[in-house]
Amino acid sequence: MIRVKITPNNKQSQLQYIREISGVNINKCIQCTKCSAGCPASARMDILPHEIIRLLQLGQVEKIFHSKSIWNCASCFVCTERCPRNIDIARLIEAIRLTIIRQPGKSKFKPDDVPGIIDDKMPQQVLVSGFRKYNR
Amino acid sequence: MPRIGAFVCWCGTNIAGTVDIEQVVQAVSEMSGIVYVKDYQYMCSEVGQNLVKTAIKEWQLERVIIASCSPRMHENTFRKAAKAAGLNPYLVEVANIREHCSWVHKNKEEATKKAIALIRAAVAKASLNTELIAKEIDVENRALVIGGGIAGIQTALDIAEAGYQVDVIEKSPSIGGKMAQIDKTFPTLDCSACILTPKMVDVASHPNINLYTYSEIESVNGFVGNFEVTIKQKARSVNLEKCTGCGICTEKCPSRKSKSEFDEGLRTRGAIYTPFPQAVPNVPVIDREHCLKFNTGKCGICEKLCPAGAIEFGQEDVLVTKKYGAVVVATGFDIIDLDKFGEYQYQNHPDVLTSLEFERLTNAAGPTAGKFIRPSNNKRPEKVVFIQCVGSRDVSSRGKSYCSKICCMYTAKQAMLIKDKYPDIEVYVFYIDVRTPGKNFDEFQRRAVEEYGVNYIKGMVGKIFPAGDKLIVHGVDSFTGDTLKIEADMVVLAAAAQAKPDAEVLGRKLAISTDTNNFFTEAHPKLRPVETHSAGIYLAGACQGPKDIPETVAQAGAAAAKVIGLLSKRKLVSNPCVSVVNEDLCNGCLSCLKICPYDAIAAKELATNNHGITSKRIVAKVNEALCQGCGGCTVACRPGAIDLKGFTNKQITAEVDALCH
Repeated sequence: MIRVKITPNNKQSQLQYIREISGVNINKCIQCTKCSAGCPASARMDILPHEIIRLLQLGQVEKIFHSKSIWNCASCFVCTERCPRNIDIARLIEAIRLTIIRQPGKSKFKPDDVPGIIDDKMPQQVLVSGFRKYNR
Repeated sequence: MPRIGAFVCWCGTNIAGTVDIEQVVQAVSEMSGIVYVKDYQYMCSEVGQNLVKTAIKEWQLERVIIASCSPRMHENTFRKAAKAAGLNPYLVEVANIREHCSWVHKNKEEATKKAIALIRAAVAKASLNTELIAKEIDVENRALVIGGGIAGIQTALDIAEAGYQVDVIEKSPSIGGKMAQIDKTFPTLDCSACILTPKMVDVASHPNINLYTYSEIESVNGFVGNFEVTIKQKARSVNLEKCTGCGICTEKCPSRKSKSEFDEGLRTRGAIYTPFPQAVPNVPVIDREHCLKFNTGKCGICEKLCPAGAIEFGQEDVLVTKKYGAVVVATGFDIIDLDKFGEYQYQNHPDVLTSLEFERLTNAAGPTAGKFIRPSNNKRPEKVVFIQCVGSRDVSSRGKSYCSKICCMYTAKQAMLIKDKYPDIEVYVFYIDVRTPGKNFDEFQRRAVEEYGVNYIKGMVGKIFPAGDKLIVHGVDSFTGDTLKIEADMVVLAAAAQAKPDAEVLGRKLAISTDTNNFFTEAHPKLRPVETHSAGIYLAGACQGPKDIPETVAQAGAAAAKVIGLLSKRKLVSNPCVSVVNEDLCNGCLSCLKICPYDAIAAKELATNNHGITSKRIVAKVNEALCQGCGGCTVACRPGAIDLKGFTNKQITAEVDALCH
């Protein structure tokens, strides 16, 4: 059993960063679980969308960073569309992803990966966008 | 200069803690016109009031300044004291040195200065005060109740029992409202009809109550004690006096396409119909939109069969205008449309029901005679899922931001009703929070869980997919973080309560306000919960906000008490601080008429004689009974022809001058 300190000070900056770039007020969540219940990608998630928000409220950023969920999110916006509290959950999860990939050395996409995935049909624009988004 | 007396209140330490009373008394005694100053710990107490009364007599005071709390608090108290001492009550002026000074400041020196300035302003105004005489207006001895649900029924019965005439106006063909549709009531599970229908009969048979069913408010004029209301009685096409309620016409009507409003569309009805067997009055009405006679000219079977000769196809809407002393609005609520909640399949699947439809489905007098079956295949369901908060606590454009308050309790009730009759049926309730404040309410909900084994799941349903003859409900249990799939046979949606769609229109007719959700606004959320901002108009029941039956009945009784209090007065005292027009200055532009929120200003034709030439011109005229003294007109008037008695332009300027002194 790990004794968890709620909202540890050392994670405040990351939490603040997520809040800033998403523009979402996580305190509006009433934990109704509508987001998780409607999520088509929930089967492959270890932490459900409503739990992500709860963990953010508690400052447990580290747990989210290590979860598969944020990468399994398909950005289909069903959660955002149906949230009764007007929380843009998809945007929040995107902000979490950006927080991770914007850390130096945390690039998810490296030039060495390109030959393995490239084929004739893939537009070059995809690679450019991919580098812009997933390479730091 | 009149002889002015000033009374400075300490209000314990409320004022004296921040304002140096001694210094104030010294400064006030030097102001011009002041002949007497007195300070006391609690000026509003009996001792304090006697100080005022004695001083008025002993010092022949002509004006009285009370430096104390807000005039909203005690202006009336001191006006009464002055009146008792023989001084016109409108010669009393309150300087608010508590809310406007001591409560909002910390620096004693500055606060003391401000208190002195506020009193100086009051002295300047008071010297220009004039004696005002309140007028008396008559009170019409009859009340109008708008809406014939349980709120309206209870209000009408209480007023009628006190000996006053009451008219009840109901939009639909029968009184009874939502309560008549409900099967059982929480938290005692007694039958709704059994406790309601006797009251409906009481209303119909009470000598002091007059019913207008199938009627609407056309227009409202007048003011407290003297409302003039025009009621539109829609053409019923059946003579109310002749009809015996035998029911032959409703049985034999060949048109069967219309959906029964009372049974929430779960059953069809004829074009001539009585909403339900216990309807009051038990007289059918012809739905002209669906009647063959009205659409094709053929048929008329009801007319031929009616043994009383009560069918009157030629009936027309009738307008009735009556006077009332007081009005109670009891128009009730509706549930929201579920068009925007596509994920629940309400529009597509007959086994997805609203809670109100469920009430009809379990009711012994309902479309299935109380047999609990699925509308799709008439078989008994094995698994039933209830979903709470459908559109409640929803700040998105789909729902309502508030908690609908009644759903937690009625869902627990409905779940228990199923388990009580059919213990083998599995029942699930998806909820966000269970809210059960109320006498015996939490115990009731816990019984559903502990005794009946209803499965409460904290979480919401994301989507429902029909598969075969089942409904696959996708949900989440937030405690375990598990996603769930339940193969249900029936889903019941606790749709949010909302204001009646025409509440705003009615509010405009009555000149009462509605809130952002279109519920009528009470005058004060705590201390005046059944009054509106318009004198003589009161609220009862869910038209003011979602309410259960006990609360509605309590509020109905409270509204009735207010009405009885008003009607028991032969005369009402009007506020003399009203606007007055200087006809010599008025140029007839009527900007005041447009700005007046109380419809208190009208145009008046004035005949003038200028050296033998008579000409006519328009001037503004204030109806003193309607004017509430807001002063809007005095600002809108370009020639400065309107002044507000008690707050004249001169008085206000004198106050400002004194403050800037």
